[in-house]
Amino acid sequence: MEKTEATSKFSNTFQKDSVIQIRNVYKSFGENEVLKNLNFDLYSGENVVVLGKSGSGKSVLIKCIIGLITPDEGTINVLGHDILNLEDSEMDTMRAKIGFLFQSNALYDSMTVRENLIFPLRRHKTEITKEEVNELVMEALTNVGLAETINMMPIELSGGMRKRIALARTLILKPEIILYDEPTTGLDPITGKEISHLMLEIQDKYNTSSIIISHDINCVKIVANRIVMLIDGTCYAEGTYNELIKSSDKKVKQFFE
Amino acid sequence: MKKLQERKFYKPLVDLLTQVGEIASFAWRFFKLIFKRKFEFSEFLRQCYYIGYKSLGLVGITALIIGLVITIQSRPTLVEFGAEAWLPKMVSVSLIREIVPVITALICAGKIGSSIGAELGSMKVTEQIDAMEVSGTNPFKYLVVTRVLAATLMIPILTVLADTISLYGAYLGTNIRGVVSWNLFWNQVFDTLVYADIVPSLIKTYFFGFAIGVIGCYKGYNSEKGTEGVGLSANSAVVLSSLLVFILDLIAVQITDLLGYT
Repeated sequence: MEKTEATSKFSNTFQKDSVIQIRNVYKSFGENEVLKNLNFDLYSGENVVVLGKSGSGKSVLIKCIIGLITPDEGTINVLGHDILNLEDSEMDTMRAKIGFLFQSNALYDSMTVRENLIFPLRRHKTEITKEEVNELVMEALTNVGLAETINMMPIELSGGMRKRIALARTLILKPEIILYDEPTTGLDPITGKEISHLMLEIQDKYNTSSIIISHDINCVKIVANRIVMLIDGTCYAEGTYNELIKSSDKKVKQFFE
Repeated sequence: MKKLQERKFYKPLVDLLTQVGEIASFAWRFFKLIFKRKFEFSEFLRQCYYIGYKSLGLVGITALIIGLVITIQSRPTLVEFGAEAWLPKMVSVSLIREIVPVITALICAGKIGSSIGAELGSMKVTEQIDAMEVSGTNPFKYLVVTRVLAATLMIPILTVLADTISLYGAYLGTNIRGVVSWNLFWNQVFDTLVYADIVPSLIKTYFFGFAIGVIGCYKGYNSEKGTEGVGLSANSAVVLSSLLVFILDLIAVQITDLLGYT
């Protein structure tokens, strides 16, 4: 079987420990059933891309994992903890281990790049000195190649730069899991490709496990160790990029045409 | 069909009661979180600077003009009754008891209510509030508690400053057509004003500040429908908080009347 860049790297480092386990999850908004009996695993060190049409519940899925949305039924186990039964303070500690890259980047407009990066640090690493904070900020910015933007405001940055800064903010706490919500949406193909490669570099450097929501087939091809197709609120198909592209199933084929 | 018409008839009332309930629950959440550690002191100071210091110019100019205008407008009537000498007394009581606190609160409802509504609204639609939650910060505590508290504390301070400035305006207004010495004017003002004029009017400004903060934050925090929703939040924050200022003023006047502070 032909291997993509991500699958060949992953096959060498694969560890069959599940870091996220989703079991029998249901979520409805009024009459609209978004997730229906969803079962899903994320294994240590892998990048899973969740593919699906708009409104198929992809973003709802990752927001359930981070605790922004509470499912109606089912269990979500992250790093050995049932996140639906965690106290607020335990959930905050858990969130330090999970990075979340928002589709809109969600950088704080009223703060500089430095302040944006310091914000999560001040909450989770209260004991570190000012020098250590500066070091961590510079390290995160250097990792995304934007050390020179440290004193700039988000409004002064381009779309691709904002995405990188948002990624730096996600990385600053050195999370074990990263959830990406459409990381290349709204970017030109070249910048999109750069962001996809950056995601792979991060996986390598920090040994993170990631769930990536994406419609961008180029991004999927670069980053996916495994692809899960979410159709009608449930996992319809899963496999590597090369497995799914050869699928004869109509619904699966639609995404790769 | 009849049921449908009944539903239509009751809908605005149900919506109104729902909103009142939601605002009450929002305010209750503020009281629950205000005593919980850790207090976001630097954000609170930043908000005090924006709400207090940055509103000083606008509130000051308005107070000066109000003092001047009320004095100039009142003068002819008092002259007609031969009571021109009462001008400083009458104007100071009107300004301190009612006009300045309400006008200051209305200006703040416009300036601060809209700014908080729009800021939190845009943070909501651009997922910045979610980003705060994800980074382990309670966004309600960081954004709402600090802003409501800053508005509650800063609006009374602004009102005291505006009271003083409006009296200077009244002094200038008195001297446009007549001649009243500086000492005579202030002697008359301080002879007239008693604690019953100052204290109740100051206490009600805390409630005005609280209402403006809570409504601005509630509208912004619950903003929906993308960028259109941000405009709607800012607009409805101003409308509702201005209305609430008048309602609270009416209640305050009734209470002071019942307690005999009139």
